[in-house]
Amino acid sequence: MTVRVQSGPFDSGRELAALGGAETKAGAMACFVGKVRSVSANPIASMTVEHYPGMTEAAISQHVDEAKRRWPLLDCLVIHRFGKLMPGENIVMVAVLAEHRSEAFRAAEFLMDYLKSRAPFWKKEMTPAGSRWVEAVRQDEEALQRWDSEPASSDQNQSFSDFHPSG
Amino acid sequence: MVEVLYFAWVRERIGIPREQVETEAGTVGEFIEELKGRGGRYEMALSDLSSVRFAVDQQLAESATEIRDAREIAVFPPMTGG
Repeated sequence: MTVRVQSGPFDSGRELAALGGAETKAGAMACFVGKVRSVSANPIASMTVEHYPGMTEAAISQHVDEAKRRWPLLDCLVIHRFGKLMPGENIVMVAVLAEHRSEAFRAAEFLMDYLKSRAPFWKKEMTPAGSRWVEAVRQDEEALQRWDSEPASSDQNQSFSDFHPSG
Repeated sequence: MVEVLYFAWVRERIGIPREQVETEAGTVGEFIEELKGRGGRYEMALSDLSSVRFAVDQQLAESATEIRDAREIAVFPPMTGG
């Protein structure tokens, strides 16, 4: 399990290729990469990500542990950048290795929902009209809360896996 | 003495990233009221507590969280990672 908080760029393809090493039990790898977005209705020149050094890594690691309690994960990678980023650049990457796709998809989404609203990062957008802090949105909070009602064990995954033994 | 850290627009509005504070407050909520009592930038930055979050010794906290033995308290807006 790897958690990295860094200012420099990362190569998502290389990271994915390295995940799991010689692991042969894995039938599924799920990956999400978040990027800096600039659209014509809301153009941005750059984005600056602030974080809480010391707390950030520990807080993400705690949540990776929670994901491991919920699903039988074989390996997991979280990378989150801070500092100044340009449109099109990667901000965040979550990749999960598991025996079957159900737990890989679900754990990756769980980790992203957490990173959106519980990891100590704050985004500021620099636009032609000035700079502004990105506001938290209600949907992100709701996305996180739905996991509260999820069973923490993998019973559900097991029955699902029975129908999809190839991952 | 407790080390107090400010992040994002809370840091910008208060004007400094961190400071040492002498406090008798028992909880996060009481501590924030003490800071607001300083007036000026503090009162402005902390006027709407529904838009402020806290961490005590690098763990997310609530208004009711005890701070008697805390070494570090952080004050910041809702987080926007990912």
